[in-house]
Amino acid sequence: MGELRLMKGNEALAEAAIRAGMDGYFGYPITPQSEILEYLTREAYNRTQCTVLQAESEIASINMVYGAAGTGARVMTTSSSPGISLMQEGISYIAGAELPCLLVNINRGGPGLGTIQPSQGDYFQSVKGGGHGDYRLIVLAPATVQEMADFVLEGWEMAEKYRNPVLILADGALGQMMEKVELREQQPRGTRPVPDWATVGKTKDRERNVITSLFIKPEEMEQVNLRLQQKYKLIESEITRVEELQTDDADFVIVAYGLSARIGSKVMELLRDEGMKVGLIRPISLWPYPYATVSKAAEHVKGFLSLELNAGQMVEDVRLAVNGRCPVGHYGRMGGIIPSPEEVADVIKKMYSEL
Amino acid sequence: MAKIRGDISIDVEKCKGCELCVVACPQDAVALSSEINKQGYHYAVLIEDVCTGCTSCSLVCPDAVITVYREDRKSKKKTPVAEVRNVTGDIKIQVGAEEGN
Amino acid sequence: MQEIEHHYDEMDIVCERPAALLDTRMHYCPGCGHGVAHRILMEAVEELGLQEKTVGVAPVGCSVFAYHYMNVDMQEAAHGRATAVATGIKRTNPDKIVFTYQGDGDLAAIGTAETLHTVNRGENVLIVFINNAIYGMTGGQMAPTTLVTQKTSTTPYGREVPVMGNPLKITELLAQLPGAFFVTRQAVNTPANVRKAKKALLNGLKWQTLNKGTCFVEIVSNCPTNWGMKPVESNKWLEENMLPFYPLGDMKVPSKEELENG
Ligand SMILES: Cc1ncc(C[n+]2csc(CCOP(=O)(O)OP(=O)(O)O)c2C)c(N)n1
Ligand code: SF4
Ligand code: SF4
Ligand code: SF4
Ligand SMILES: [Mg+2]
Repeated sequence: MGELRLMKGNEALAEAAIRAGMDGYFGYPITPQSEILEYLTREAYNRTQCTVLQAESEIASINMVYGAAGTGARVMTTSSSPGISLMQEGISYIAGAELPCLLVNINRGGPGLGTIQPSQGDYFQSVKGGGHGDYRLIVLAPATVQEMADFVLEGWEMAEKYRNPVLILADGALGQMMEKVELREQQPRGTRPVPDWATVGKTKDRERNVITSLFIKPEEMEQVNLRLQQKYKLIESEITRVEELQTDDADFVIVAYGLSARIGSKVMELLRDEGMKVGLIRPISLWPYPYATVSKAAEHVKGFLSLELNAGQMVEDVRLAVNGRCPVGHYGRMGGIIPSPEEVADVIKKMYSEL
Repeated sequence: MAKIRGDISIDVEKCKGCELCVVACPQDAVALSSEINKQGYHYAVLIEDVCTGCTSCSLVCPDAVITVYREDRKSKKKTPVAEVRNVTGDIKIQVGAEEGN
Repeated sequence: MQEIEHHYDEMDIVCERPAALLDTRMHYCPGCGHGVAHRILMEAVEELGLQEKTVGVAPVGCSVFAYHYMNVDMQEAAHGRATAVATGIKRTNPDKIVFTYQGDGDLAAIGTAETLHTVNRGENVLIVFINNAIYGMTGGQMAPTTLVTQKTSTTPYGREVPVMGNPLKITELLAQLPGAFFVTRQAVNTPANVRKAKKALLNGLKWQTLNKGTCFVEIVSNCPTNWGMKPVESNKWLEENMLPFYPLGDMKVPSKEELENG
């Protein structure tokens, strides 16, 4: 068993990054995730000689990530909503050039400067594009501090396997929450083989390597896109991740991820105590989305509620999966207000009575 | 003092006929041909055997298509003709001008 | 046309296309300075024996395809972000030689923040800045370095200071920063200037290994196409209009001591 510690989500994520053998971190302060940058500037270089650099902006951070990832280094940037918006051009380039890296969004409320309070308002931005062009991010949504830590190494491994950026989408509450976390062993740096596509100097025995997302010829650009789509299909078939709680006998299902899923499971318990057969589907990978799991549940339940800290975003994917077979509702609070389980239970009871 | 003798060769198919080499040549030895290459440009040619190998044309050529040659009358270049290996070290026997480095 | 008899076998090659520049036809317009700048940069890399440890960063601009010609590992950066990309490469690979190659729009407009902070941090990279006073790639719009009264497609009556401000002498600005180790302005319009520019690039690359800060080489260049001139004419215009405003020469040179205790 690994080392057990009581840690905040943000710190657990930072600590996990050091232990996963991170080579480089580039970031810019923004609440509620500045602790990650602070933790890393304090700890990382001293322990593993990993590069940690406070950039002049999120635009610079993401492009530093691009450069470092292009050399095969294991790199990460973290930010919160407005900063992630600023990074979108760079993220699109990273996806287009197929560079593995880890991005973290500690989601806060928007639009605009919004609020520093927790939110899930960046679901669309994370899973439906955000930047320009036909690309996909692998999006992982932790619901516990343990997952904040675990998804770091798992995220990098997925990124490296598929040459695709991976986004951890959490929120300010998970970042600040203290929980017990089991940490993995320190992985040594510099032991992973340098990928053959990395730009680390053209030796005589190979052609030069070029990292680019520019394909001027229409046929070539189309081929690149088709190849990317094939890769995305493969990712969908290999790493769709979801957790199901008591869905087998359920006639009503809450769909919720991250912080909302924690509330959702309390709601489920409350309603089960009252004799209602409620289950929970927790998408862990938001892209690829667990459509099949939701679709299977739609065969035997009477209704769904998509519980989100936003005005209704993931509910569109639930509806896609359900495809009209039963009603799909949405409940969400915004501005950093976290609904109480009782509040949500009432919503479900009302909805259920109308089914 | 007699001029050093030089020569140039031009990869005419890659030449874009920009004329920068023409104005750069102090000997007025380069001009654009009346012929065109496959790209449709009047390419540069050496028109007089007065080249000194000064490299000016080649320096300003944006397409890096000019190779400049120069006669090695006072060549410091030494071509090794044999190598002898022995216990005290390798000795190179050379022909050509005086020893230099 | 009369044929000249050639004497190649009796002579030595004294100047030829460097092997580090791929034997590909470049897409640049006839007479464009980008080609010369590419060649001397690759000559410098080759002469210093750095080809195997060099990583270059191409910009968005006419030289976006620099990686089609430069035979070194390269990355293509987003518009303006080349120095941030170079920072990422160099920080995680301090033993590599890293350069960026950027136009005036890329480096001094959209990428100003990255440029300034890269130099301010004294990143150990070489920045090659091609100043042609115009946006070449997008069809000749005003650049930050466009001269006052210079006509472009977005300053059809000439650049007016009250509307567009003055041309930005970013190189002078950067030379003020302690992070800059070597800052110079060169040109490629004459054989003599090409020689000097190459020397500057040689130094810029060589001194990177001292780890003492950023080397910055501006190259004043032409854009015959968007200036609406023949190449020869454009170099004359450059000499008469650009060089008085952008005077050539070193702005910051390392001292003997700085070079010795490397
Ligand atoms: C974000 C973004 N904005 C605008 C552009 C369009 N664009 C491409 S190149 C360029 C200007 C290039 O000018 P410069 O950097 O001076 O290079 P040159 O072509 O003159 O060598 C612009 C505006 C882009 N590619 N990306
Ligand atoms: S400078 Fe080069 S490209 Fe231009 S005309 Fe001369 S040989 Fe041709
Ligand atoms: S090498 Fe000098 S003399 Fe010979 S053609 Fe070129 S510019 Fe003229
Ligand atoms: S548009 Fe201007 S800068 Fe671009 S290749 Fe043509 S001449 Fe050169
Ligand atoms: Mg320009």
